[in-house]
Amino acid sequence: MGESVTDNEPQTGTIRFILDGEVIELVGVDPTRTVLQFLREDVRRTGTKEGCAEGDCGACTVVLAELDRGGDDVQVRAINSCIQFLPTLDGKELITVESLSPDGVLHPVQQAMVDHHGSQCGFCTPGFVMSLFALYKSNAKPSRCDIDDALAGNLCRCTGYRPIIAAAEAMYDAEADKDWLRQPAVRGKSQKHKPPAERVAALQGLQRDDGLQFVDNGRKYFAPVSSDELAGVLALHPDAIILAGGTDVGIWVTKQHRELDTVVYTGRVAELNRLEVSATHIEIGAAVSLTDAMTVIVEHYPDLDELFRRFASPPIRNAGTLGGNIANGSPIGDSMPALMVAGASLVLRRGRSSREVPLDGFYRGYQVKDLRASEFIESIRIPLPWDGVILHSHKLSKRFDQDISAVCTAYRLELDGDRVTSFRMACGGLAATIKRATHAEAAVAGAQWNEKTIDRAAQALAQDFDPISDMRASAGYRLRATQNLLRRFFLETRGALEVTVYSYGRQG
Amino acid sequence: MDGRGDTTVTVIRNSVGKALPHDSAHLHVSGRAAYTDDLPEPRDLLHVAIGMSSKAHARIKQIDLAAVASAEGVADICVAADVPGENNCGPIVADEPIFASGLVEYAGQAIFAVAAETVDQARKAVRLAKIDYEELEPILDPMTAVEKQSFVLPTERLKRGKPDDALANAAHRLQRRLNLGSQDQFYLEGHIAMVVPEEDGGLRVYSSTQHPDEVQHLVAHATDRSAKDVVCVCRRMGGAFGGKESQAATIACMAALMTAKTGRACKLRLDRDDDMIMTGKRHDFVIDYDVGFDDTGRIQGIDFMFASRCGISADLSGPVNDRTMFHCDNAYYLENVNIESHRCKTNTVSNTAFRGFGGPQGMYAIEYVIDDIARTLGKDPLEIRRRNFYGVGERDTTQYEQKVDDNVIHEIVDKLELDAKYQNRREAVRAFNASSPVLKRGIALTPVKFGISFTATHLNQAGALVHVYKDGTVQLNHGGTEMGQGLFIKVAQVVADELGITVDRIRNNASDTSKVPNASATAASSGADMNGKAAQLAAAKIRGRLTEFAARNFSMSEAAIDFHDNTVTAGKEKLSFEGLVKLAWLDRVSMSATGFYKTPKIHYDRETFSGRPFFYYAYGAAISEVIVDTLTGEYRLLRVDIVHDCGDSLNPAVDLGQVEGGYVQGVGWLTSEELCWNEAGELTTHAPSTYKIPTCSDLAPDFRVQLLQNAANREDTIYRSKAVGEPPLMLGISAFHAIRDAIATDDHPLPDLQAPATPEAVLKAIAGSGS
Repeated sequence: MGESVTDNEPQTGTIRFILDGEVIELVGVDPTRTVLQFLREDVRRTGTKEGCAEGDCGACTVVLAELDRGGDDVQVRAINSCIQFLPTLDGKELITVESLSPDGVLHPVQQAMVDHHGSQCGFCTPGFVMSLFALYKSNAKPSRCDIDDALAGNLCRCTGYRPIIAAAEAMYDAEADKDWLRQPAVRGKSQKHKPPAERVAALQGLQRDDGLQFVDNGRKYFAPVSSDELAGVLALHPDAIILAGGTDVGIWVTKQHRELDTVVYTGRVAELNRLEVSATHIEIGAAVSLTDAMTVIVEHYPDLDELFRRFASPPIRNAGTLGGNIANGSPIGDSMPALMVAGASLVLRRGRSSREVPLDGFYRGYQVKDLRASEFIESIRIPLPWDGVILHSHKLSKRFDQDISAVCTAYRLELDGDRVTSFRMACGGLAATIKRATHAEAAVAGAQWNEKTIDRAAQALAQDFDPISDMRASAGYRLRATQNLLRRFFLETRGALEVTVYSYGRQG
Repeated sequence: MDGRGDTTVTVIRNSVGKALPHDSAHLHVSGRAAYTDDLPEPRDLLHVAIGMSSKAHARIKQIDLAAVASAEGVADICVAADVPGENNCGPIVADEPIFASGLVEYAGQAIFAVAAETVDQARKAVRLAKIDYEELEPILDPMTAVEKQSFVLPTERLKRGKPDDALANAAHRLQRRLNLGSQDQFYLEGHIAMVVPEEDGGLRVYSSTQHPDEVQHLVAHATDRSAKDVVCVCRRMGGAFGGKESQAATIACMAALMTAKTGRACKLRLDRDDDMIMTGKRHDFVIDYDVGFDDTGRIQGIDFMFASRCGISADLSGPVNDRTMFHCDNAYYLENVNIESHRCKTNTVSNTAFRGFGGPQGMYAIEYVIDDIARTLGKDPLEIRRRNFYGVGERDTTQYEQKVDDNVIHEIVDKLELDAKYQNRREAVRAFNASSPVLKRGIALTPVKFGISFTATHLNQAGALVHVYKDGTVQLNHGGTEMGQGLFIKVAQVVADELGITVDRIRNNASDTSKVPNASATAASSGADMNGKAAQLAAAKIRGRLTEFAARNFSMSEAAIDFHDNTVTAGKEKLSFEGLVKLAWLDRVSMSATGFYKTPKIHYDRETFSGRPFFYYAYGAAISEVIVDTLTGEYRLLRVDIVHDCGDSLNPAVDLGQVEGGYVQGVGWLTSEELCWNEAGELTTHAPSTYKIPTCSDLAPDFRVQLLQNAANREDTIYRSKAVGEPPLMLGISAFHAIRDAIATDDHPLPDLQAPATPEAVLKAIAGSGS
């Protein structure tokens, strides 16, 4: 691997990525052509399947290997190829199900799936294999819970999953191998076999000093590498679609057949990929993946662990960004209630000027944001918790994994004895935007933290929200459940209720 | 059938009974298994997309397709008027057009097809159609249909004993209305067909179908051809679950009509949303029951009203609803019973086959009745179940007059109760609930008895074609299709043992109507039963010829010839299988044979709903334990124990997979899988973003499944095995009743929990109980 990679100068307009050790160079690509279309239609690698074309079934799962923040190691992550635009592969290595057994000798992951009868119809199987491969390369000894999490984005309709879990547990048993692809993670969740130097070098050789840009059929694609460059591009193209993880924009194309004239990809912007923790804040660049952002947030706010594990699926969290979740402004976005009560703010950039706005002032109405033309989110600032502050969140949906919330709530509470010194509550799924429950907050502020107060606050929620009925939940259920979730939060703070049904009896 | 006796006597079992991997497992995991969309594409292939009705019920005033026709890449358009043959895709009753004209009857009904150079171009072009509608009042639910007497088929009734008297005289009586939701098959591979024109009007159809024969015939009818002009081929499906039994033909017809019109190869692959909107699902039901029972919980008399949403046409709704009538007893003797079954015509997609085929809905009804009786009497539901089980040698005749003479439900339930420590755990659940005000646990055991055979007797036939080549390797063809259920490996195991070779010597060919004609759908769980027998008979013919030759060649009796482990022994002579084959070829012995099987003993009079529609029954039972959050209605499975009867399993790994997968799919049906229609009759849950099948973390962390051992089928099935495709789905009913058990309280013992039991439905049932 890697021998065929040369040190060619990056060429503007040419997309370059690695596939099976070869550098693939593409020109004249439709900016919104998906990785799946490229694989199945352009190069006829048909092992990767389309099951839904919206990132919800996992049949299209592939793995991306890319340089990590340090630039000298490789991170391996599963993504949904059906909604990933091809130009975003620039500078990365694409690994597909065919890559794992180029000579016909099955990869340990594949062999374990055979040995444990993990496939029936086999259509979801390549996607499962790739999610398992990503787990194999990143976690040396996964618990059942780790396995569930790793497979949360893959649907199987035949097996009932038990044999796939068995395969996941057994896939580490293979003999040692000198091929990096066949080497499992070494220890824990972080330490891994470093890839061979030439593999790293190959990726380093694809990195750019200047942004990628090209035009195809009049449609423009920009992948700037700095915030200044991004600001410049957006100043010239105020109508451009900003593409981060593409987990929503991808669906505009695959489902709504929208034609996007100008796409600006933020994934290569250095400043937007920063992730820093200061003495007072976590500062997360807008293009940082949800996976990376959540890891840091949970370190400081451990009570958000369950929310973030239930947030979409690993492939979506690997591609999707926290900035994208916020900028998208969906009334059912799961990150915003917790960030809102935590007091998060957004650093917005336009041209050379920056401003900071509080998240709870950012949404003005359904899909209306405090964001001007050519302005973009540069970073999200989240205050670190202080002693005594309780921050918690609940998510409610028909299914635990990979489901959009019927209701998502978050609370921040400070007590002085039994008296509430501050209380914030924000909800998703109950209104045209994510928003604070101001009436409920007022009912609690300064009151005794007891059942009577909670009952009053629950009543007040009916003034805060007038939810709609849709296929996810009825209006009545949304409100009643939100009131009950507030009661649940109260019981949790009292130690009267320690677990949710999601976590009850779950290992690891 | 040629009357061959019990095969286990004569053939050494080397492959049958072994847990061999799926024959395509190594291809599945490496992405090398070819599904229809993976096949090499002909050079001038066109891609087809379908223009659908946006109205549930309307007259089409005008269709303007000018913009569609002139869109980039569009080659041609097809509407109803372009159909040269019969514009019908109804499999039993010719009542459903391939393309609607004049009248549209559901939102999503196909009106036209467009063929373009690329998939994107075709899908973009269909959106440019301008259609003027005159809207009509739609019927969107079964009870409105009953009120308006809107039916796709006449109402059926079955009565046994004196239900009215028994109800009137019973010590206790209960009534309830149940609303039971629909379910999408959600096969991971959506519907697809690719049609390639061949010389002299021939059409070669690659279809993801459970029923190549029906695709062949409906394509021939639609394109004004004979069956001889159409070949349908399917190597494998990416899941089907009944959804590709009748529905695949519609998709194939659309592609074939485009090929007939353009003369070019055409492929139609439905986008997931279109697939869910356009194709049929499991029937949702409204069920009323009225039951009378004594102090011990024994049912004295019962009256059922079933009203199912059939959609706009009959499709398979006749036999589906018949099966509901045949399975509303489940494992229980209903001495006095009255069943009324309405097949409602609604302005929604025509519902179709889905694993269980009406059986699950009937079982759901009676299990709810049993649960209600137990809770009314304050008894363990298991006690009431036992009280009503079919007897052995008494109380053993079904409401359709079939004697249940293979009843093993007692031993299955006894074993499960003991192995799973049901009684101890029931106590533990009660203790937990006494000290846990918010989280509640629940446990339930439910049985399954499922009749095996197509209820239309003539469909119980199968054919096979086996070729042995000069090098001793084998190609195996039969009328069954592979949808992931492991049919091909099971049949290969049978043939391997019949010829005394290993399965690696056998290639499973695609299902192909030019190899095996007139095959029934791979459905009704009958695939291995019927095709296994047919293939065995074909292989036995070749083995017979080889035996005759070997006896002659080595001058000894046929009894001295034996085939095993790729070797043939003839007395002291020993040679390889291929060695014997080569000698036989030189001696001009035919090494190709067909086999044909028809299921014996079955007969059934549809007029009186009586006879023996089923060759035998498959049995099983499951215990599910759950935890429920009474503040939100969320729940999770904690432990599942299953004992299931596969007879003498042909392949325990495959059968275990069917049991586990069936259970999980059944749980999905009754829990998270909710299909929603809005007031305009549009399906609002048409993709996995809104329609939620179980994921990995929904599997109970403690999941224990056993296949019943020493369980030889009493009937002479292939190696005394039992069908396993559908029955395990209904084991999932135990999860629903576990949830109900968790939310029942002493004050409110009969929560009105409706299916699917989404968290919202659970909270509603709790709230309805006044908590």
